[in-house]
Amino acid sequence: MDNFTVGVVVFPGSNCDRDVSWALEGCLDIRTKYLWHESSDLSDVDAIVLPGGFSYGDYLRCGAIARFSPLINALYEFVKSGKRVLGICNGFQILTESGFLPGALVANKNLNFICDDVELDIVSSKGGWFNNGDEKQTIKLPIAHGEGRYHCDSDTLKKLVDNELIALRYKNNPNGSSFDIAGITNEKGNVLGLMPHPERACDETIGGTDGLFTLKSLILK
Amino acid sequence: MDQFAAKVFVRLRPSVLDPAGEATKSASIKLGAEGIKSLRIGKMIEVKIEGNDENEVREKIDLLCDRLFANTVIEDYEYSLEKL
Repeated sequence: MDNFTVGVVVFPGSNCDRDVSWALEGCLDIRTKYLWHESSDLSDVDAIVLPGGFSYGDYLRCGAIARFSPLINALYEFVKSGKRVLGICNGFQILTESGFLPGALVANKNLNFICDDVELDIVSSKGGWFNNGDEKQTIKLPIAHGEGRYHCDSDTLKKLVDNELIALRYKNNPNGSSFDIAGITNEKGNVLGLMPHPERACDETIGGTDGLFTLKSLILK
Repeated sequence: MDQFAAKVFVRLRPSVLDPAGEATKSASIKLGAEGIKSLRIGKMIEVKIEGNDENEVREKIDLLCDRLFANTVIEDYEYSLEKL
């Protein structure tokens, strides 16, 4: 896996791209490459992270404009080929707007921008993104969002539950998300979107290491 | 080519909680306005657009609404069209 390279997408307004790159390179020794949103050549990356931030200033809706970038167009083939894509916070919003994941993320119930550490139950081991092997486990990760309330209709929720697509649930739902949902995967398991920030929990000295496993699992085949 | 003006209204679906609307309702009541039963916030988008006829323009506006202006998972839309 020496040459395994994770592409970190940079949109105008992304602000967690360097954190993701730091965590992958500095904590896990995984090579990264920044991908400008106008690039559609994904041939030399093996997995992709859509980082947090405010792509295109969150204009219209979070993630709505990013959906039309050349990179996201190219991402459809990339995902179809089975390669892994991780969307964190604004990256999760982009994945739902683009149709890679169902549902939508809307304004927090209490309208606050919430910046906190939260406890999360790992619900499903689909895709191997979490170190739980189907046993329910709890991890602690930071969140930082104003529009992180997961919303979907009841049919979609049933499908998520029945197909074990719910990856993470909040223990104490901070934002009003349906069914306490904090993160979901696609049916194949190669796409994960989550509101919490695993890249901000990769070093004991700055708040724990519960995010390491998820970033490390980008190199899974 | 004729010129048309579209006014697109995008609203959160009734089933989606609108916390900004709730906060504004609360402020409206503090201002002294009485009798407010419900208050929800949407968006209005004005588009000036060219086309050969109204049907052609409606097709374009439908596409814009469906794919960009509204996220139909959480929002409904409607629009009016006027020939300029």
